[in-house]
Amino acid sequence: MTEQLPALQILITMMAAPLCVLVRNARVSWAIALLANAFACWVAWQLLQQVQTTGVIRYALGGWAAPSGIEYYIDTMNAAVLLLVSGISTLSLLYAYKSVSKAVPMAKHYLFYSAWLLCVTGLMGIVITGDAFNVFVFLEVSSLATYMLISFGDDRRALTASFRYLVLGSVGASFILIGIGFLYAATGSLNMVDLAERIPDSESQRAVLVAFSFITIGVLIKAAVFPLHAWLPNAYTFAPIAVTAFLAGTATKVSLYVLLRFFFSIFGEAYSFGQLFLNTVLLPAAIAGFVLMSLVAIFQTDLRRMLAYSSVAQIGYIVAGFALASQAGLTAGIVHIVNHAMVKTALFMAVGCIIYRVGHAHRPSLDSLFKHMPFTCVAFIISGLGLIGVPLTVGFVSKFTLIGAAMERGWWILAGLVLISSLMAVVYVGRVVEVMLFRQSRQSGPESSGLSEAPVTMLIPMYVLVAMGLYFGINGSQTLSVAGEAARQLLGGF
Amino acid sequence: MKLYPRQRHRVLQVVTKLVIPFVLMFGLYVQFHGDYGPGGGFQAGVIFASAFILHGLIFGLQQTRRVLSPGVLRVMMSLGVLLYAGTGAVTMLMGGNLLDYDVLAHDPLHGQHWGIFAVELGVGITVTGVMISLFYGFASKR
Repeated sequence: MTEQLPALQILITMMAAPLCVLVRNARVSWAIALLANAFACWVAWQLLQQVQTTGVIRYALGGWAAPSGIEYYIDTMNAAVLLLVSGISTLSLLYAYKSVSKAVPMAKHYLFYSAWLLCVTGLMGIVITGDAFNVFVFLEVSSLATYMLISFGDDRRALTASFRYLVLGSVGASFILIGIGFLYAATGSLNMVDLAERIPDSESQRAVLVAFSFITIGVLIKAAVFPLHAWLPNAYTFAPIAVTAFLAGTATKVSLYVLLRFFFSIFGEAYSFGQLFLNTVLLPAAIAGFVLMSLVAIFQTDLRRMLAYSSVAQIGYIVAGFALASQAGLTAGIVHIVNHAMVKTALFMAVGCIIYRVGHAHRPSLDSLFKHMPFTCVAFIISGLGLIGVPLTVGFVSKFTLIGAAMERGWWILAGLVLISSLMAVVYVGRVVEVMLFRQSRQSGPESSGLSEAPVTMLIPMYVLVAMGLYFGINGSQTLSVAGEAARQLLGGF
Repeated sequence: MKLYPRQRHRVLQVVTKLVIPFVLMFGLYVQFHGDYGPGGGFQAGVIFASAFILHGLIFGLQQTRRVLSPGVLRVMMSLGVLLYAGTGAVTMLMGGNLLDYDVLAHDPLHGQHWGIFAVELGVGITVTGVMISLFYGFASKR
């Protein structure tokens, strides 16, 4: 049984998706989706345990051994991201039941949950596979499902947001495919471990260089790294809020995982950073990202849009960690993937609770919301502190390691800029908190009276994430040790 | 007698009725001969669906919808995927890895044969459903 776990990770959610379509019932399909996701989460937990005790797991699909066959390759990095994706997905699904019933017509729910399951399957598939072409296939599975999920938003602008993401996402995906094609031309292999061995000896280094460039651009688009983030703000703003919470914690994180896998494991740190100076591209993009996008976030009045821009900024921190290309920098980047996923999903869930009761997320008209929805506001404030990076929250752990890594390299300016953009986060989170807590309602309109707290099924997943955020903020050594182990494996190559 | 606009294409209608069985037959041939010659689920699914699309073009969408309703198509699309993934589940239950067909029969050769057969059938059913659904989606005014 245990040796079949890698296959079960993908298979169960994948089989649940057509089942949802067959039953055509909102509640039953939600229950199927939740059960399948909870199972996937359990499998991911088992895999993480197994990887930490026995080392890398390799699973040959169809019994055909790698390099000719497709294999699943799981080390600490994959297992951690798998657990993150399936965990966030399970919690968001629990949250989605109430939240989505308002945004999406009941008759379409089965399609919604089916698309959700396909999206999770695709994301987990990208992470678990050890085959470069398989990455592209699963990328398409998850992307197509994501476009569909975004278009479910009740605002008509969701359709244009989804279409915009479709155009940019397809460009990104085809760039990745072209890159993989060039790699295949240069080496004659698609297996990641095999690729890593063959690339240095390949006769056509020019093809490898072209592959490297295409894959870099493609993955940076999918990960929404600063100048290529144009699809993200609208997609996050107009998608159903449960979908936004889910995507904010998983989709871009998985793309960042692909980035790590290609740059460090396949091409190798010496090639991408030593020979091609990738950090001269990544670092300016990352810095511009977290400074400018934090600045833009300050001036947003819609909470969802504000958090979306803040997401681009946080991706900047993660990429800055990667660009350091050191053990400490990678650890900081990886730990921030996990920490930011928890914080941002919790924040979007809090905004979803506000939308569920108030009907909008327009900051200036949320006066004294604390009186009516105290639990939601407390969750928002705690997670907001995590976003800023206040001590005892997860944000502190990752920013502290990131600044430490920057200083280790002697890049004082980077450390300073991280601090400055954290101060900007204080401003944009603070403006919301100020309205929620202290501003008196100017008129006692009918919408402000009769407001009550959000349903319990929405509060529970949110508070699970908030509690996890606090736990890993106080006891950061657990996530840090996993991230450190993952960084060591990545720097060491396969 | 009121002449329906579609009834003007008498020749096309008669020829279509003659051609459709052969198209369906060829689709089935490509499906089930796929493990010996060129062919397989994808191609067969498209050929099979093209018969219905031709029917829709000549006799109108309403007529085709009476033959194959969108509900049936939805079932086809999901059943095909389930058949594919289910084959994988069965191989795992019989002690192999996912989609390791060797364990399906008494010897690996027959096992591979049965496995490919089931998987390609799943692909064929799904592709047929998806192609016709795409046609319905683009052709209907709603």
